[in-house]
Amino acid sequence: MFAARQPAVKSVLGSLKSQNAIRSFATATDMQPTKIGGKYTVTLIPGDGIGAEVSDSVKQIFKADNVPVQWEQVDATGVITGKEHPESLFKESVLSLKRNKVGLKGILYTPVERSGHQSFNVALRQELDIYASVVLIKNIPGYQTRHSGVDFCLIRENTEGEYSGLEHQSVPGVVESLKIVTKMKSERISKFAFAFAKANNRKKVTCIHKANIMKLADGLFRQTFHEVAKDYPSLEVNDLIVDNASMQAVGKPQQFDVLVMPNLYGSILSNIGAALVGGPGVIPGCNMGREHAVFEPGCRHVGLDIKGKNEANPTAMLLSASMMLRHLNLDDHATRLSQAVYGVIADGKVRTRDMQGTSTTQEFTNAVLKKLETL
Amino acid sequence: MSGVRAITSFGRRAAFNSRLAVNAPVCFAYARQYSSVQTRVAQFMGQKNANGNYTVSFIEGDGIGPEISKSVKRIFSAAEAPIEWETVDVTPILKDGKTAIPDAAIQSIEKNLVALKGPLATPIGKGHVSLNLTLRRTFNLFANVRPCKSIQGYKTPYDNVDTVLIRENTEGEYSGIEHIVVPGVVQSIKLITRDASERVLKFAFEYAQAIGKKKVRVVHKATIMKMSDGLFLSIAREIAKKFPDIEFDEELLDNACLKMTTDPAPYADKVLVMPNLYGDILSDMCAGLIGGLGLTPSGNIGDKCSIFEAVHGSAPDIAGQDKANPTALLLSSIMMLQHMGLYSHAEKIQKAIFQTLAEGKALTGDLGGKASTTQYTDAIISNLQ
Repeated sequence: MFAARQPAVKSVLGSLKSQNAIRSFATATDMQPTKIGGKYTVTLIPGDGIGAEVSDSVKQIFKADNVPVQWEQVDATGVITGKEHPESLFKESVLSLKRNKVGLKGILYTPVERSGHQSFNVALRQELDIYASVVLIKNIPGYQTRHSGVDFCLIRENTEGEYSGLEHQSVPGVVESLKIVTKMKSERISKFAFAFAKANNRKKVTCIHKANIMKLADGLFRQTFHEVAKDYPSLEVNDLIVDNASMQAVGKPQQFDVLVMPNLYGSILSNIGAALVGGPGVIPGCNMGREHAVFEPGCRHVGLDIKGKNEANPTAMLLSASMMLRHLNLDDHATRLSQAVYGVIADGKVRTRDMQGTSTTQEFTNAVLKKLETL
Repeated sequence: MSGVRAITSFGRRAAFNSRLAVNAPVCFAYARQYSSVQTRVAQFMGQKNANGNYTVSFIEGDGIGPEISKSVKRIFSAAEAPIEWETVDVTPILKDGKTAIPDAAIQSIEKNLVALKGPLATPIGKGHVSLNLTLRRTFNLFANVRPCKSIQGYKTPYDNVDTVLIRENTEGEYSGIEHIVVPGVVQSIKLITRDASERVLKFAFEYAQAIGKKKVRVVHKATIMKMSDGLFLSIAREIAKKFPDIEFDEELLDNACLKMTTDPAPYADKVLVMPNLYGDILSDMCAGLIGGLGLTPSGNIGDKCSIFEAVHGSAPDIAGQDKANPTALLLSSIMMLQHMGLYSHAEKIQKAIFQTLAEGKALTGDLGGKASTTQYTDAIISNLQ
């Protein structure tokens, strides 16, 4: 199932290259990482919470399947314990990603306290300019949820909007937080969404916005989207206000195909979407830029509460890793991995707690390893 | 007392308040600069008239508005609710080039302190501020209360929804402060102030007490917006200390979206309170959980006046055909009765509505039935006994 979706990202990259003529901003350069010694070097940032466990699952499976990937692991963390230097580890992970151009990443914890550091996740995306977040929301065969027939993609602007990080206190008790929307970034994310839709035989692209209230900011996003849409006459185009979209998402999610939106709405809709098909443990995702690609679970939950309990669902990380393999042109490995994961879930015998099962992370990993032998 | 209440918002809407403030000592303005915990926020201060009834301003609205308003009036009179209606017209006028509400309507609502409102069609064309926004500003309606409860008899993928959301309604992402820095670069400002946050948060705790919920949860995104949502969150923690009988906790916006959509049941014992945009999105999402805006009531709470309304559209395509579903307006009118302290009447009418919906014999078209507005209303009236 997932295999069919996988050409997704790869073919998007292909199509980016072929459409250079009309791509004024979001032009893809040669983003293929190079093989050294027959292997790709990939940055692995397990992240906080359940990151270590689910990354371990990926590592075991890659090793067993002889995937030609050499990990360069950076144990960056957002949890401040006083001993380590989170800033330097974070810088190291950015350097590693810049060098390797491709990474697999868990989620880094962000403290709520105002004195705490800014989100490393956001800083990383801004630093590498991995501007397009792709999240795939699709029912998993054999796993029944409240909704069926759900199959849509969220394309989320990843580098500006509400996550600009620009805030100030004018006087005590009065705070302003800036949401930045630019024509350039709106244009390239729209183009990415349309190219993605075309490459994946999607029919409709919907722009999610709140232009009735934020007339200038979301207005610019929406207007730019419609301008870009003119270059893609074969695709159906519409737009939807974000509150209505959220309502439709829990009522009739089957109507959605490809959705493109500013940063914050992506956070909201990816979580609503995840809930429709099985939760954050099963949603893969990636962040694409012109030069770098970082693959991470689609709805970005740290999972501190179940850290170290061996009960996390590694599916999201494994499917993200599968997307990464496809990005690296390792299609055979990618297909085998996703087929094995989907196979285990469809069998229904080994499932983690979030899917109403009782299996541990390791048991799930073992089941995937066993399944791989049969493929 | 009314003087004190009138002065609460002194400064925030000085122009509007000037005529209210004259009968209050000005020094109160300083004493009550930030809402204090001695008096309840937005308590209904209306008095019964000579007939022993409360007068309520009724904005019937456009499209299906008059039909569903008629339904409410019939049911209220059958239930012998001590309410007299004063129909007001809010068709906007242009005052100094700005959209404004006619003075007669403002005076009516100011006098009665409470209004019920049907759907209004937003005039199309540039320069029009939406009427809802105008009303919100005129009466300084700072909190939007949106309860959502699963309707027995109308099946959706979720059958255990019972949520209450309170949304800050005056600032945040909807501050309206935006500008073009250079062509192609826009800044939109989310404004969070201690004043407005404190007021809505305090109201949320009091509302939880009033409706018997034991927990209040603030929904935020302070991981990313450390200062703005951070301020909202820190004020929430301050206010929580003043309500020791209410359990307080906090949840990230992402988590709230995920958990509510996965399983809304754990949210049944809580009141959720949040800044403007999140509240807008989540309250509509909750409406989606129970089947759409046709079934959800809403209350806009102000310092002095409060307006209860159906949040759905005016449905001009079925206007005048006796097909419309009045449930949302009816449920809003029940919130209004509760706000006015008329709990027994609220209970009685609400029971009749839910019973009629559960029986499923007289449902309107939008709920898959064949009944007309009138037949549905008749069924509710017969269930009042």
